[in-house]
Amino acid sequence: MASSDLDARSTSTVARPTSPVATITGAPAGDDEMVCGEGSGEDGTDDCIDIEFSLNGESTSVLVNPADRLLDVLRDQLDLTGTKEGCGEGECGACTVILDHLPVNSCLVPAYQVRGRRVETVESLTDEDVAHLHASGATQCGACTPGVAMTARWIVDRPHLLSRHTLRALMAGNLCRCTGYDGIIEGIELDLTAREDAQRGSTG
Amino acid sequence: MKRREGLAKLTGRERYVDDLRPSVDGRGRALWAATVRSSVARGRIRSVRFDPAIDWDAFVVVDHRDIPGRNVVKLIADDQPVLAADRVRHVHEPILLLAHPSRSALRRAVRAVTIDIEPESPIFDVCVPPTPEQVQHGTDHPHQEPGQENVFKRLAVDKGDVDAAFAAAAHIVDGTYATGSQEHVYLEPQGVIAHIEGEGDDDVVVVSGSMQCPFYVQGALMMALDREAERVRVVQTSTGGGFGGKEEFPSGLAIHAALLALKARRPVKLIYDRGEDLEASTKRHPSWVRHRTALDADGRLLAQDIDIVMDAGAYVTLSPVVLSRGVIHAAGPYRCANVRIRGRCVLSNRVPFGAFRGFGAPQTLFACERHMDRIAHQLGLDPVSLRRVNLLRDGDSTATSQTIRDGSDRSAVIDQALAMAGWYEKRAAHRAFNATEPWLRRGIGLAVFHHGAGFTGSGEVYLDSRVAVAGLPDGRVEVLTAATEMGQGTITVFTQLAADRLGLPPEDVLIAQPDTARVPDSGPTVASRTAMIVGRLVERACDDLRDRLGLGPEASSGDAVRRAIIAWHEDYARREQSSRDETRDGGVATSAPPLLGQARYQAPPGVLWDDERYRGDAYGAFAWATYVAEVEVDLRTYSARVIDFVAVQEIGKVLNEVLARGQIQGGVVQGIGWALSESFVWRDGAMANAQLTNYVIPTSDDVPSIRVAFQENPYPHGAQGAKGIGELPMDGPGPAIANAIAAALDVDPCEIPLTPETLMDLIDPIVDDASPLCDADPALNNRPSATEGAHGGLIGS
Ligand code: FES
Ligand code: FES
Repeated sequence: MASSDLDARSTSTVARPTSPVATITGAPAGDDEMVCGEGSGEDGTDDCIDIEFSLNGESTSVLVNPADRLLDVLRDQLDLTGTKEGCGEGECGACTVILDHLPVNSCLVPAYQVRGRRVETVESLTDEDVAHLHASGATQCGACTPGVAMTARWIVDRPHLLSRHTLRALMAGNLCRCTGYDGIIEGIELDLTAREDAQRGSTG
Repeated sequence: MKRREGLAKLTGRERYVDDLRPSVDGRGRALWAATVRSSVARGRIRSVRFDPAIDWDAFVVVDHRDIPGRNVVKLIADDQPVLAADRVRHVHEPILLLAHPSRSALRRAVRAVTIDIEPESPIFDVCVPPTPEQVQHGTDHPHQEPGQENVFKRLAVDKGDVDAAFAAAAHIVDGTYATGSQEHVYLEPQGVIAHIEGEGDDDVVVVSGSMQCPFYVQGALMMALDREAERVRVVQTSTGGGFGGKEEFPSGLAIHAALLALKARRPVKLIYDRGEDLEASTKRHPSWVRHRTALDADGRLLAQDIDIVMDAGAYVTLSPVVLSRGVIHAAGPYRCANVRIRGRCVLSNRVPFGAFRGFGAPQTLFACERHMDRIAHQLGLDPVSLRRVNLLRDGDSTATSQTIRDGSDRSAVIDQALAMAGWYEKRAAHRAFNATEPWLRRGIGLAVFHHGAGFTGSGEVYLDSRVAVAGLPDGRVEVLTAATEMGQGTITVFTQLAADRLGLPPEDVLIAQPDTARVPDSGPTVASRTAMIVGRLVERACDDLRDRLGLGPEASSGDAVRRAIIAWHEDYARREQSSRDETRDGGVATSAPPLLGQARYQAPPGVLWDDERYRGDAYGAFAWATYVAEVEVDLRTYSARVIDFVAVQEIGKVLNEVLARGQIQGGVVQGIGWALSESFVWRDGAMANAQLTNYVIPTSDDVPSIRVAFQENPYPHGAQGAKGIGELPMDGPGPAIANAIAAALDVDPCEIPLTPETLMDLIDPIVDDASPLCDADPALNNRPSATEGAHGGLIGS
């Protein structure tokens, strides 16, 4: 079977049979001369630095240019394409990852800043993690979804936030043009309730 | 059934075009592409200069001379160049293409190209008649009538005797309403990858990308590249939202990427960033609609006289069809014996406007439903009763003289919406609230409307859509259509339809990736037609598959279907084997066993449309809806907020509750954005606020929960009785919100978006400019002829 990127996509949507598009192969992308990332600025220098950080629980090291955005390093160098670019300017939240304990827009984070820190991306989520979001219709086109799922995860892990903020306010950094947000809010609520029930079950 | 690709999307496994890593072994890696654009709204290209400081040999450079076929993006009028050759008609018009392995080198290179353009007089306001030097269209008619200048398309609907009805009217109510443009803001920007398969005379150009209509893209590539269908292949990749913005626009990107790939003989990736996407892509047509309405003493509609102008932008794109849908919906879901509608779309030197969810209907329904409230106000009638009295009943006919006889209880839709919203209780509560609150004002408003599903008139007949369902050797089936998934649920709904029809479990149904080399042309994924029309074809193709297997249409179980498919393939293999044994030297083995159930569109019986006179059955089916918005306006900030929203609709049959509800909720929130916050700053006919920072779409915190209810009344020619719903929710929010604001503030808003600036003008009008909206509409007042006769002015015909 050809290892095509389009094939990879086909298997990811279980509904698709193997696509015969075979000439697009799965070799890593990028620039012919690229040693490290090329930076998002105009004048990215060639001075690459080696950074080490924890990525989805695994220690990772990668050579980056000081001007590289975390988003590009994740997508282009580490091939974690789940994190999306929706605007590149910190407005849409499609690029949300969890950095240590906070959701951040990875399009605004210079990659070197994650040195020695913990980064979690959408690839860390399992099907069970997102089951409630799935049931409630939290995703339609899916372009905002990786960011939505990460912020949702962050909230569900910190239910105490809801004593001071509404869910709608906490989700306001993640734009979605498809769902009208109800499916997202409902999915998080289901998740929160399930957690509460589980905790009550385990303590009572 | 849950969204089938939902888990892949929620865990980041789903791959979109920008996630694909094209690379061709032995031929070098993929190149990135960039577009060099016009900075001038209209003019002649004098020269293109390349900064010698850059090593241009490292770049692939393409201009109009590299286009093997016609230099047009194939669509209705074939007037839009792929790359401007000698003149430009709008800012951001593509002129030159560059490709290079490094994105940052590309960014520098784009800035190192200087395009010298001799400016010509542009036109940015279609309500102001063009000067002779601004005329760019309609000049080729020797006996050109005045008023034809720059008009791309005119449409007229006539029913009854409007003038006689006006003469006999007890009341006449006038109003002009304007709607702003809107950006789709699909969260995944435009993008494609092009690569070339094979060599020489039978090489194939393959374009994969984010799009709604692979066969549109294929057709456009064939024309611009001068290639036959076999040598152009288009594959839709997972698409992060479309809303119409990926209907016609991706054709241009596809040609651009293909031209670069052909020249470079390497794969080329062309991905817009958000800024470029906002600046250069199509948007919703701005509109101006004037209503003059004749009524009897009880508020019954005697005549509707409606004039519509839409700004089309610099090229025709889909404007005539957008206008058409706008014209047909303009009179609303009401009974009126005498109707005159005149519509036109007019050229300007703005970035071309194009398809956007609703396709003209949201614009004209805004005017219609806002005008109904104005009528109620002027006649001292209750806005609900006014609508009820005039609502279409079975046996009545629409403006195009289409007799409605679908058995739908349209007034039950109103009843449910009012009950859910607590309409009467809230109206009383608001009076008390507004009397005591110093700064806040609340109001509630409604919109009653309809939306026709599928292509207009004979459109579906011309499309001649085809669908196939293949039986696979392992007993599963594969649904082959060109219908794309862009978030609206095609994959899930088609799975459900085929599984139900054949009695198979959903996991035994595969949905083919839309790929012009593999799937039949089932038409574009637009116009709320996918579930209703293509879905129905999927059902019929399933029936055909059953027939071919010798199974009756009645309930033979899924097991029987699966066994029959497997047996067919075993039998086929045996026959192949024996024929191979016979011929010894073996014929060419056919790769795809032809066990296909097929279906082709057939118009429902009795549907008649006269395109010349614009009369007849405009749509096979209408969905009917009533939306109610409750708003709160803060008099300190002049900002309006929707605090409750109820959306009730009759859609034939709900195929998937979660998906259908999500479509409505998402459409309503997109409509809330259009109504309140999504305003444009135009500079030289282009979007100056091309960032999501200052083009403001609603966040989760800006909108309430959207409360949705469905009524069912199966449509016999839709899949399982379904009618289209994709566009419907875009129509109601604008007028419902404007009507709610009218109630809250006792003002008469006539345009959207109702941003704080607009609201400030309404609440505290500047003296000279007492009513800056309707009455001062430039289309009516900026021309001396505006007051001459009923149809004077530009908004006349
Ligand atoms: S891409 Fe980072 S916030 Fe939009
Ligand atoms: S699902 Fe499409 S933008 Fe959120």
